[in-house]
Amino acid sequence: MPVISFEHVSKVYPLPAGDVVALDGVDIAIEQGEFVLVMGPSGSGKSTLLNIMGSLDVPTSGEVTIAGNRIGGMDDDDLTLLRRDHIGFVFQQFNLIPLLSVVENVEYPLILKGRQNGARERAQEVLEAVGIAASHFTHTPGELSGGQQQRVAIARALVNDPDFLLCDEPTGNLDSKTGTAIMDLLDRMNREEGKTVVMVTHDPRMTGYADRTIRLVDGRVAE
Amino acid sequence: MTFFDLARRNVSRHWLRSVLAVIGIVIGVIAIATLGIMGNSISLMFGDMVTDVGDTLVVSPATGVGGGKLTERQVDDITRAVGSNQVIPFASTADKISVGEKEGGAMLYAIPAGDIPSLLEVESGAYPRDTGAGCLIGSELAANSRENGLKLGARVRIGDETLRVTGVLEERGMGFDINPDYAIVVPYSWYSNHYDEDEYDQVIVKVRDVNDLDAVKESIEQRMNRREDVVTIMDTRGILESVFAATDSITVFLMGIGAVSLIVAGVSILNVMLMSVTERIKEIGVLRSIGTRRSEVMRMFIYEALFLGLAGALIGGALSFCAGYVVTAVFVGNPDYLFDPTSLLYIVFGMAFGVITSVASGFYPAWKAAQLNPIQALRHE
Repeated sequence: MPVISFEHVSKVYPLPAGDVVALDGVDIAIEQGEFVLVMGPSGSGKSTLLNIMGSLDVPTSGEVTIAGNRIGGMDDDDLTLLRRDHIGFVFQQFNLIPLLSVVENVEYPLILKGRQNGARERAQEVLEAVGIAASHFTHTPGELSGGQQQRVAIARALVNDPDFLLCDEPTGNLDSKTGTAIMDLLDRMNREEGKTVVMVTHDPRMTGYADRTIRLVDGRVAE
Repeated sequence: MTFFDLARRNVSRHWLRSVLAVIGIVIGVIAIATLGIMGNSISLMFGDMVTDVGDTLVVSPATGVGGGKLTERQVDDITRAVGSNQVIPFASTADKISVGEKEGGAMLYAIPAGDIPSLLEVESGAYPRDTGAGCLIGSELAANSRENGLKLGARVRIGDETLRVTGVLEERGMGFDINPDYAIVVPYSWYSNHYDEDEYDQVIVKVRDVNDLDAVKESIEQRMNRREDVVTIMDTRGILESVFAATDSITVFLMGIGAVSLIVAGVSILNVMLMSVTERIKEIGVLRSIGTRRSEVMRMFIYEALFLGLAGALIGGALSFCAGYVVTAVFVGNPDYLFDPTSLLYIVFGMAFGVITSVASGFYPAWKAAQLNPIQALRHE
């Protein structure tokens, strides 16, 4: 069974100037362990697709199944719990919580799940796996470089052992060398840990990492 | 790390703003607690001044009937009406008195000698005998006139007769029946002979069981005022209650003034929290996207308001104690009133009100934060 499945999914935003069709009858199936890129020009519906995959938004019509759960008819709490338990988000701007230390940022999703015992150890273990030195654990995010912050963000996404990682331009704010290191990390997580990765990007060089690429044009999947 | 911890850190992240908001709560708590203590102290002071006469009815002649006096027969009627409860008739007048060469005026109370002990306490000396020419002097009168020779054992001249001071009364405070502190108390028999008088001004009825007060009052009413109003009956408990109701209203009014300052403090908390939410829209978006529920976001912000409220209440409570001391010592003149449990309760009340105001003020910003759309919040710059 696919981890993510879209069947005839459409998303329409009603605006005073007329309806805007962001997604138009999209069919997608992403299998466990795949590394999939989503590419397309601005306004092609990439963000909408990512938001629905991340259960941050729901489709206007069609059927979406995420990690075995149909999201049609779910309320806000159900969608939130789906994100918490099955999805790891990696953002372009890292989006770490500035109030929390590095290790606390990674620990946070575990705390949300009500896991207090061993949360700190698990967070440290994942941080080490993404290449953050133990001496940085107690630093605040602002004290780290961009590349290090993105590694911490990936650790936070991985800590709950999600079904897939959803990455929105994860190298967009990094120089090319650091970007390559982050891509190598995601690639390693995909190959060695078997993590499913879905990544939205503008950068055609990334196709080398992916098993396949979904191209969106005007809200449709281009053949 | 918990939501509580997160809230605490956020409060200390903007410490200056938090301190200013806390100062508002502190002032509000002090205002409520101190003004409450002040009102309560006035109440306590009044209670101390007024003798406990809650078990007493005072029967007076209705104005304009019978020359404003009660006859022996009317007193007998009252005695029959009240059953086994004690009836103490008395007369009062003012007259010139002299002690040695010194002259002055004083209030005289004439009470049957046998009834005096159940109404008044002697501090020194003894009660006068019914047949003798003895008298008692009030505590304030004794204190004020000692150098003029008016003291225990002194001889007081009233008209052409001389009375010996057999005792000095204990201080009784202001009463609704008689106020002997500045007066001279003489046996009624002496008064009756001296002034050739056989009528009374008022009758005090001591009701043994306070619960019978209304029944006894009704019984006198039935017997005396059947055809026309011969007597008026004053229920001292009722008067006392209305006096305390008045002081309570003063307390509530004063606390209302205090509450206004706490409401102002609440508005400042609301403002601080709204700022906090607006600044952290993106952060809220991140928290929501990684699986924080609406209710959890709300809780986090409510905790922040709770923190500000608790800090304000604790500091305000401690300062209220100091301010309460100053108020009771300077304005009321007796700092002991602060330590009365009813006064201390106002500090607790002020603190509780401070916390409640903070949390209530944080509610709307917290709700607003929880309602944010995570996608829009994430896009916020």
